Amino acid sequence: MMVFERPHALLDVPLHYCPGCTHGIVHRLVAEVIDELGIEGRTIGVAPVGCAVMAYDYFACDMVEAAHGRAPAVATGLKRADPEHNVVFTYQGDGDLASIGTAETVHAAARNENITIIFINNAIYGMTGGQMAPTSLPGQVTQTSPYGRDVKACGYPVKICEMLSTLDGPEYLERVAVNNVKNVKAAKKAIKKAFENQLAGKGFSLVEVLSACPTNWGMTPEKALEWVQDKMIPYYPLGVYKDRSAKEEAK
Amino acid sequence: MADKVLMKGNEAIAEAAIMAGCRHYFGYPITPQTEVAAYMAKRMPKIGGVFLQAESEIAAINMVYGVSSTGHRVMTSSSSPGISLKSEGLSYLAGADLPALVVNVQRGGPGLGGIQPSQSDYFQATKGGGHGDFRMIVLAPASVQEMADLTVKGFDLADEYRMTAMILADGTMGQMMEPVEIPKIEKKEFDKSWAVTGTGMGRKHNIVNSLSLAPAELERQNFERFQRYGRIQEKEAMWEEYRMEDAEYCLVAFGIAARVTKAAIDEARKKGIRAGMIRPITLWPFPEKALAAAAEKCVSFATVELNMGQMIDDVRLAISCKRPVKLIHRAGGIIPSPEEVLRGIENMEGGAEK
Amino acid sequence: MTTRFLIAGFGGQGILFAGKFLVNKGMMEGKQVTWLPSYGPEMRGGTANCSVVIGDEPVSSPIVDHPDVLMVMNLPSLDKYEDAVNPGGWIFVDSTLIERKVRRQDVHAVYVPATRMAGENGVTTLANMILSGAMLARLGQYEPENVEAALKKVVSVKHPEMYDFNRKALEMGRNFE
Repeated sequence: MMVFERPHALLDVPLHYCPGCTHGIVHRLVAEVIDELGIEGRTIGVAPVGCAVMAYDYFACDMVEAAHGRAPAVATGLKRADPEHNVVFTYQGDGDLASIGTAETVHAAARNENITIIFINNAIYGMTGGQMAPTSLPGQVTQTSPYGRDVKACGYPVKICEMLSTLDGPEYLERVAVNNVKNVKAAKKAIKKAFENQLAGKGFSLVEVLSACPTNWGMTPEKALEWVQDKMIPYYPLGVYKDRSAKEEAK
Repeated sequence: MADKVLMKGNEAIAEAAIMAGCRHYFGYPITPQTEVAAYMAKRMPKIGGVFLQAESEIAAINMVYGVSSTGHRVMTSSSSPGISLKSEGLSYLAGADLPALVVNVQRGGPGLGGIQPSQSDYFQATKGGGHGDFRMIVLAPASVQEMADLTVKGFDLADEYRMTAMILADGTMGQMMEPVEIPKIEKKEFDKSWAVTGTGMGRKHNIVNSLSLAPAELERQNFERFQRYGRIQEKEAMWEEYRMEDAEYCLVAFGIAARVTKAAIDEARKKGIRAGMIRPITLWPFPEKALAAAAEKCVSFATVELNMGQMIDDVRLAISCKRPVKLIHRAGGIIPSPEEVLRGIENMEGGAEK
Repeated sequence: MTTRFLIAGFGGQGILFAGKFLVNKGMMEGKQVTWLPSYGPEMRGGTANCSVVIGDEPVSSPIVDHPDVLMVMNLPSLDKYEDAVNPGGWIFVDSTLIERKVRRQDVHAVYVPATRMAGENGVTTLANMILSGAMLARLGQYEPENVEAALKKVVSVKHPEMYDFNRKALEMGRNFE
């Protein structure tokens, strides 16, 4: 018989996330991976600015809170301080990683910095109450695009995996979603690989997780999961965008 | 003199940092401090350290934040426009109570300004250097030897008080060569039980953080931090007095301006003008007591600054406006000549005040 | 006793190197010394200068506005700094590159065709050191042992062969009548 237990790497505290928010799922996946790899004692997580800002209270490993968008730079410092020992991951949203922190993201990738990045893409700024994100879809209504995202005025969404895959630097880029059981399982697999890559010294591994934000999308949790399926996935196709080691092995 | 070597100020900072146990340097090129980065790029790989040229000053200061979180000594250096970019990180370092050494080899501003020596970042350095209530320890070297010595001192103070120490130099100090004796280091131990080194599954997790959403808790942190600052103001102010024993006229200057002022004072003395100088070595904490004491016996004060008059405010405060304070200055990257400073001394107010 | 030197010319003429040699010599003689270069874009082919102060007392200001000794290797530098030299001071002129004479009557002017001498003697790039040698000799500061020791300090370890060329250039300047 399998008993559903809280992963050790996730502390027994109430999370502040809204009903139907998928942050909790991704937190759990990360914690399960940390448990399975037995690395909690040497892992340092970096929390972002955004809804996951208080992730430092939820993970049992050592945690650092970074300035908005700077998590990859902070993680670079944490990793380089003791590269053999420290396992470093960042957990960042789309505003943090793909807007204010674009430079830090791109250059950590270009350096193939040996860190793991969990990138939550929910196409909106959650913490500040639902403004347009760099990943908001064309036509998407938000507080700061009340008539729908007009691509003529404010441009097109940033596709992080596609963009980073043009660089020679990064080791592994995969986009997953957590809108159904099958996808959650695939997400876990990708997150695990992203940590395993770091342990093997392979370098920069980023997993983009398409996530739901029912509160700021103005939807029920069920509708929000459907929106991920029907609107987000077509725009942001799931899959592996880069896997250098696998490619080299295939040769 | 046997154990002295000729070094540029920027190189002396870098070598002293290495001697002080710093093995992590992050920077971004900017004149006139680039020699610090160049020196680190050469030396760090040979001693198992890390030199990394970051994508921006913003990234560099956040890499500093990362290393400091792990309890290791770490530094970055830049010049004025680059320090503005780092000011976000300086605020976060303060909020998270992390030690770091930051070097500002100042150039003239505002904006892109120029590249010649300046002291126009005095306000920025001494009044906090970013958003929120905080201070940095600000050290102002006036020789290449002090560039080295104050770097070591800066690391120690940063570790002891868990805050940023800034070396506030200028283009002249960075570029000039003087004989320097690289300081011998006494190894000191500092409590770093707060560092994120991995729990090892043997302790509760450590969190390095500057977020505190409960006002009462944030207020408590601010008060605690300022109690610490109070101890620093009590204990750590450093200054040099030059010909102050019988001085009627008190000049106040730091860094390169203090050296020019010394030459001017010597000339003034030849003319029978009893001038002396208080040279702040720490700009924060400001040597208020020395100035207050000088206000009891000097008739008049003047600051000599490479800016439009910044330290002059602190002098007025330190002496409670008891005496007139004049400003002798140049800006934009120009250093006043000793003759200019001498003319300034000759025109100081005072006779009537006696 | 403090001597304030200003060495000026174009970037690429070895102005900063001549200053480094001079300051090393001063340090080896147990003097108090400073060396301060101009820096920035002017280093890339524009004018370059460096201030060197050598004395018995700690150096108050490393900036030389009024040199006791001026060494110039181009006309703009002579035009700019001639009037700043202290009365009774010295001006050493590379007369290959500067055609005009020093106008001041209250200073010692020494003309050395350093660039021509360098070209004729196989040390093309070392006019700076010929002029330095002449300068030290006229100032009564050419002590061969100290000169050689200081030169060893400043010649790049990657180009040890440059030591002999530099010494030759200094000697040529020293012997220039």
